[in-house]
Amino acid sequence: MAEITFEDIVKPENLVYKKTDLMTDKALSYCPGCGHGTAHRIVMEIIEELGLEEKTIGVAPVGCSVLAYEFMNIDMTQAAHGRAPAVATGIKRVYPDKIVFTYQGDGDLAAIGTAETIHACNRGEQIVIIFVNNGIYGMTGGQMAPTTLPGMKSSTSPYGRDVESMGNPLKMTELVAQLPGTYFVTRQAVHTPAAVRRAKKSIRKAFENQVNKKPGVSFVEIVSNCNSGWKMTPTDSNKWMEDNMFPFYPLGDIKVDGQLVK
Amino acid sequence: MYRMQQLRDCLPGWSYFCLQTEVVADEKKSFKQINDMGELKLMKGNEALAEAAIRAGADAYFGYPITPQSEVIEYLMAEKPYDRTGMVVLQAESEIAAINMIYGAAGAGKRVITSSSSPGVSLKQEGISYIAGAELPCVYANVVRGGPGLGTIQPSQADYFQSTKGGGHGDYKQIVLAPASVQEMSDFVKIGFDLAFQYRIPVLILSDGVIGQMMEKVELFDQIPRLSDEEIAEKYAWATTGKKKGTERRVITSLYLDSHKMEEHNLHLQRKYKTISENEVRYELFDCDDAEYIIVAYGSSARIAQKAIQIARKKGIKVGLLRLITLFPFPAKQMQELCKKGVKGWLAVEMSAGQMVEDVMLSVKGCAKVEHFGRYGGIVHTPEEVLHALEEKIIGD
Repeated sequence: MAEITFEDIVKPENLVYKKTDLMTDKALSYCPGCGHGTAHRIVMEIIEELGLEEKTIGVAPVGCSVLAYEFMNIDMTQAAHGRAPAVATGIKRVYPDKIVFTYQGDGDLAAIGTAETIHACNRGEQIVIIFVNNGIYGMTGGQMAPTTLPGMKSSTSPYGRDVESMGNPLKMTELVAQLPGTYFVTRQAVHTPAAVRRAKKSIRKAFENQVNKKPGVSFVEIVSNCNSGWKMTPTDSNKWMEDNMFPFYPLGDIKVDGQLVK
Repeated sequence: MYRMQQLRDCLPGWSYFCLQTEVVADEKKSFKQINDMGELKLMKGNEALAEAAIRAGADAYFGYPITPQSEVIEYLMAEKPYDRTGMVVLQAESEIAAINMIYGAAGAGKRVITSSSSPGVSLKQEGISYIAGAELPCVYANVVRGGPGLGTIQPSQADYFQSTKGGGHGDYKQIVLAPASVQEMSDFVKIGFDLAFQYRIPVLILSDGVIGQMMEKVELFDQIPRLSDEEIAEKYAWATTGKKKGTERRVITSLYLDSHKMEEHNLHLQRKYKTISENEVRYELFDCDDAEYIIVAYGSSARIAQKAIQIARKKGIKVGLLRLITLFPFPAKQMQELCKKGVKGWLAVEMSAGQMVEDVMLSVKGCAKVEHFGRYGGIVHTPEEVLHALEEKIIGD
């Protein structure tokens, strides 16, 4: 039997999936098992499917996804730590007809960038914010994040997060949903095919809101795993996420079309 | 007439300012000449800067109020620039947010400007470093007040080090223009944008509470049209205006994880700063031809020093003034040439405990004595104090 070559596998009739052209060919710098790659892909797929490639400007944060601009094949600006919503505001205000989004982690969006997040949301900037929450600082080696769960261990809470001295985890998504400037607020995940489909639907809605000039921010949180930072295998981390993260950060829409979901 | 020509060579704005001060005493000046001028207005320095931003074709101003420069955003909000030119004005939640809005919009090729005063400019430093690193053009003004800390709201020149030596982290420079009149608060906005885009560099208009708050006659330049989105996309290939199909994406970043690439980028920046040092030095000389002593000053200190040398000349002291217009680049070569002409002493006059004086020392390289004089903490020196310092520290010794 002849050996099966790469060319045999990628024959057009054998193709069941094609990577969007809006992801570059550069190998992702994320740890195997991390949710960032999937989150990147579905954001880029939506931009491609909505035909927004030529008018979209993305803003990358500081954190694990600081190099998002290496993978997202569109015009990108890399922002200072936490400032992505301000950078996006600057772009959107001078280009109201372009599509602007930020892609941020929990340390970036909910700690150092709290003021920029709250105020961009409060002003009702017509931008999309993609917020990947894995409850830890991955890039710097697993320190406590504003979203680290009570009792959860990290390199700066080695005995577990003590809420008495370290404060409680911040539910930024519920918080911004209270502001009149947010139009669509949802929390999703990307750890199973079904979750990916739901997350992608939400991201589509978020970008459509901006295309249709709906008033306010469309804010999509993606609760994700950090198997390296949590010191688990990828599958264990997803199980742990379902058992521990989801009860604290329940998935689903929080605000739709400017109305809080009852 | 020679002096007028000399002034014009330095900078159109300043020559106009001097023309005005001279013309006041010149009875030959006809009404026709006045009519030939641009639009004349009596304005505060901060208002002139704001009006100049609109006229320079700026696309946006992002700022946060702070004394003594709040008139900038107040004027802009009242003026409704969006109706005049389509210019956006936004009050940010902080100076940090404001400079990052500048970063975003500048990266997308727009002409953007912000302003603040000392404590607020300190907050902006992270953003300025990013703008310098990513090589983005922007103009910002610092209407300096006394420090350190919350300091005072009175005028000062104590942010010289921050302005000329970096301010934020990393090896970078910015072009620093020091206005000495309300006229220059206006003119430097236009010149600032030209330089910012020519070199893709932040340009700082380093003013102070005197220049920002005082009112003077100002000749406003004519409206420069804003560029359209299409013109920007065509003109600035580096700008993130949306990636056209089949073209390379644009990335605005200051991140180079590979140290060799980071060093290469730094070398590129240093080459750019060298070019700027060679080509963009701006300064002005008063009574320096026969000067035995030279006062070096900028901004409102230069105005005061100008008066001081007038008094000194009447007393027979051969003193001139080197008025710095650019603080970076610094006129080091020009100062060495003056040294060769036999200048016996230099007095650096600044409203600080002695910052610019270090650059004067580095420039004259020990050819003659260099001393510093200045009041600080919000106190503005008088011409008499400057003259006294000259006599005590330079001549008398």
